[in-house]
Amino acid sequence: MSTMPVAYRNQAMPVAASKHPAGAAGVVKQRTSGRVDVRADPAWVRMLVIASAVIFLGLFVVLPLVCVFTQAFAKGVDAYFAAIRSPDTLSAIRLTLLVATISVVANVVFGLIGAWAIAKFEFTGKNLLITLIELPFSVSPVIAGLVFVLLFGLQGYFGSWLAAHNIKIIFALPGIVLATIFVTFPFIIRELIPLMQQQGTEEEEAALSLGASGLTTFFRVTLSNVKWALLYGVLLCNARAMGEFGAVSVVSGHVRGETNTMPLHVEVLYDSYQFQAAFAVASLLALLALVTLVIKAVLETRLTEE
Amino acid sequence: MGSIVGILGYRRGAIPGFGITLGTTLMWLGLVVLIPLAALFLKTTELTFDQFIAVITSRRTQHALVLSFGLSFAAALANLVLGPVVAWALVRYRFPGRRLLDAIVDIPFALPTAVAGIALTTLYAESGWIGQVLASFGIKVAFTPLGILVALVFIGLPFVVRTVQPVLEDIDDELEEAAASLGAGRWMTVRRVVFPTILPALLTGFTLAFARAVGEYGSVIFIAGNLPNYSEIAPLLIVIRLQEFRYADAAAIAVVMLVASFLFLFIINGLQRWSELRTGTRQ
Repeated sequence: MSTMPVAYRNQAMPVAASKHPAGAAGVVKQRTSGRVDVRADPAWVRMLVIASAVIFLGLFVVLPLVCVFTQAFAKGVDAYFAAIRSPDTLSAIRLTLLVATISVVANVVFGLIGAWAIAKFEFTGKNLLITLIELPFSVSPVIAGLVFVLLFGLQGYFGSWLAAHNIKIIFALPGIVLATIFVTFPFIIRELIPLMQQQGTEEEEAALSLGASGLTTFFRVTLSNVKWALLYGVLLCNARAMGEFGAVSVVSGHVRGETNTMPLHVEVLYDSYQFQAAFAVASLLALLALVTLVIKAVLETRLTEE
Repeated sequence: MGSIVGILGYRRGAIPGFGITLGTTLMWLGLVVLIPLAALFLKTTELTFDQFIAVITSRRTQHALVLSFGLSFAAALANLVLGPVVAWALVRYRFPGRRLLDAIVDIPFALPTAVAGIALTTLYAESGWIGQVLASFGIKVAFTPLGILVALVFIGLPFVVRTVQPVLEDIDDELEEAAASLGAGRWMTVRRVVFPTILPALLTGFTLAFARAVGEYGSVIFIAGNLPNYSEIAPLLIVIRLQEFRYADAAAIAVVMLVASFLFLFIINGLQRWSELRTGTRQ
């Protein structure tokens, strides 16, 4: 961890820590009776530390989550489902699914290609390339949206050309997809590179020497070796893609029923004082977050086995 | 692409596809990330130097920048203090609900920022569960800079915990036992043995939390109230300038934010190397 360049550590979801399932490190060891554990803290310290942790996480994390669901059901179950079944919400859900699918597929394809180049070969400037790939993590989501407006907006560099050819990027699907790909750019490739580097090239060389073609080797050997890491990256990439707010908000134009993704629809509802409906849509996103964390925990046990 | 590949040079092996995969990667990275970021810097050249200075030193911009960087620093500091407490509880103690508590730490990463934003605003508004209690003490959180701080602490929370946790898990028992056998008290052992070991991780976590907070938008704009010169953050000011079609002004503020964050990351990286060298934890 400490030898990586700083940008490489600058991750939206640190995984290095959580890939060790808690407790697996065997920190608490069985002590033979009669021997005093000098690492044991006094009982009052233990109580104080645990209480502080519970209160801090309770106030800052659990309470907001509880708030989402209580507000969503504040007017009853019928109002909840009415909010979710409204045409604007359904169209926001469809758009979010579409944007996330395109972004994930693009990141899977280019993540695999990039990880192959970086992990299987030695070349100068590799560290710089990795740093540049990690760059989007250190860029504000708002700036991620801004750069595409500067390029493709009506007064942007390509604005008049696009307008003349009747192509819409900003305030339309392509802009939303571009901004989402920008903010999720490192998610999948970052999971693949370390694993593929660690696995080396011997298995691929063996397959090639037995007459397999390059592509067959890739699909049959490499891909099957990294499938869990790939799935892990897809999971995190998808969660970010569906939940992205800042970058998408800059390029979307907030057209109800057309360019509103779920997070943007939450904002629109909230700003028009439809609080219960806003929280109903938000509860779907919160549910997505919780499901993501559960699958993440399952994949982490798989990954430690791999 | 062939010329680039030729310049870089690579180890010839049996593995095929170097040229095409590296070429595709560079092209994709260039199209999606590098050219758009370059456009940002290019846009600011439409301003004269004096105009650029005027934009970034205007009262409103200055206030937004100071607020964003100042509160991000304060929020990262809060996590620097509370993060190790949480990590210590999770690593060193066994208590009912520990696994659940461990899982909860990741929620700020996974929860979309807009959801966090409206939930925190509802909680801390004067009629909210927490806001009510604080209001009776005369403390206003929602729609003040204090509200921004709460949101930034929330989104930065996992960074310090998750960077310190594995280091704390890896500390050799014998190190602490040796310190104790040499007569060090528990507090002295923690201060002189444990603390220096986790210091580089603490700095990393602090940096990550800070960098994330500076650019944060979604969770902040709901709770901030967004009053110019009071509770308006820099990313929001960029959005406002964009909506006014003042593209170059927006780009200028963005450039200052980017350069300042990279400078900060650079300094902390240096500080971290220094502490790793000093404590001998550098591998």
